[in-house]
Amino acid sequence: MKYIDEFRDGDLAQKIAANIASEADPRRNYHLMEFCGGHTHAISRYGIVDLLPDNVHMIHGPGCPVCVLPVGRVENAIQLARIPGLILCSYGDMLRIPTANGMSLLRAKAQSADVRMVYSSADAVKIAQENPQHQVVFFAIGFETTTPPTAVAIKQAQALGLNNFTVFCNHVLTPSAISHILQSPEVRQLGLVPLDGFIGPAHVSTVIGSQPYEYFAEEFQKPVVIAGFEPLDVMQAILMLIRQINEGRAEVENEFTRAVLPTGNIKAQLLVAEVFELRRTFEWRGLGLVPYSALKIKSDYADFDAEQRFQIPVVSIADNKACECGAILRGVKQPQDCKIFGTACTPENPIGSCMVSSEGACAAYYSYGRFREKPHATMKEN
Amino acid sequence: MVNYVIISTPENSYKTPMCLAIPACVEQLTAENHAIVNLGGIRKEISLALVEDIAPGDYVIVHVGFALQKLDQLEAKHTLAMFAEMSALYKGN
Repeated sequence: MKYIDEFRDGDLAQKIAANIASEADPRRNYHLMEFCGGHTHAISRYGIVDLLPDNVHMIHGPGCPVCVLPVGRVENAIQLARIPGLILCSYGDMLRIPTANGMSLLRAKAQSADVRMVYSSADAVKIAQENPQHQVVFFAIGFETTTPPTAVAIKQAQALGLNNFTVFCNHVLTPSAISHILQSPEVRQLGLVPLDGFIGPAHVSTVIGSQPYEYFAEEFQKPVVIAGFEPLDVMQAILMLIRQINEGRAEVENEFTRAVLPTGNIKAQLLVAEVFELRRTFEWRGLGLVPYSALKIKSDYADFDAEQRFQIPVVSIADNKACECGAILRGVKQPQDCKIFGTACTPENPIGSCMVSSEGACAAYYSYGRFREKPHATMKEN
Repeated sequence: MVNYVIISTPENSYKTPMCLAIPACVEQLTAENHAIVNLGGIRKEISLALVEDIAPGDYVIVHVGFALQKLDQLEAKHTLAMFAEMSALYKGN
């Protein structure tokens, strides 16, 4: 397929790998975090780690929307789905996230709750149109890529005069999560997550642009290279990061120029700004409460806000004790450090959210056999 | 006829992720600012509500049924040329 196959060329990958090997300084280590779950997936799927020298370490970040949603919000969605006559619409990944007692939206559906998987927010609006006698709630999750489609759905529902469509909003923001990781005590004091640079998200950046990352590069003196999701994109970004680190630079560079502009997609940003506003704080799995890291629906659109229409209590549910999702999301642990990885917890029967979504580090490792990777040398030293 | 495909189901969603959009070729503009795109032979109707100035033959990044951005075909060429340049450099070493 055009614009895909060229970016997966094995010979070129070997050559970029050779460049990385010759330019990486053997006297030091490079700890690079790919923020986005799409990159985590690509790194596992294409075996990119196998092409890197031993002193270049990929640390998987929290950019998996399914993984970072706290269990309490999934429980809220299950409670909503159990309201008689209510139709809960959700992206497929959300249905399998386990909550307390092994419950999930999929199990609630088996117990007669009307839970419907949709591919797009527009499908949820359509369901509301076709079922005027039912309340329809769209369980909205995701980073800056899924937020504009939710805004479009709300505007569309308003234009159609729908009074049975609401959105349970759980949209979160990439830049605040990166800041939080960089400012976390584990990074500042313990040195457990030594980060030398970031691979910036691909599709999130098509929306927000490359400018929002300039703050990190400057404030934290960490280089950021925005990369596409294909393996050559990721390899090239790693090389660009190594060059910046070697030269003592901390700049925002864009490898994904074919889709990312400095200012991003202004039309999408304006729509989001019209419909949503910042929440003071929001809970992330693995990161805890992160200030100004999520969006809620503006009061102008309160008629389409499920949190206004229904009683949605704050529910806090601790992760399964054996589950290491939290530490994995912070980059402190790798999937194979978790005792239940690949034993009790598999993609078919996930215990933690990192095993649910293909963007989760655990599912990516498991699906592509990456648990056989060599142990993280520097992590052990610390 | 439009062939609708379900990209992910609960059973296979960990294999076909929500966030991994790929560039799709716009084949035909349809009503209400929608378009039919071709993803390696699979045709699907998507919304163009978030983009502007899209014409048949353009490539767009598709995500959850919406085009997020138009792919800049010239920049794609430049990036590929950069890969090739670097490999030439490597051969010279």
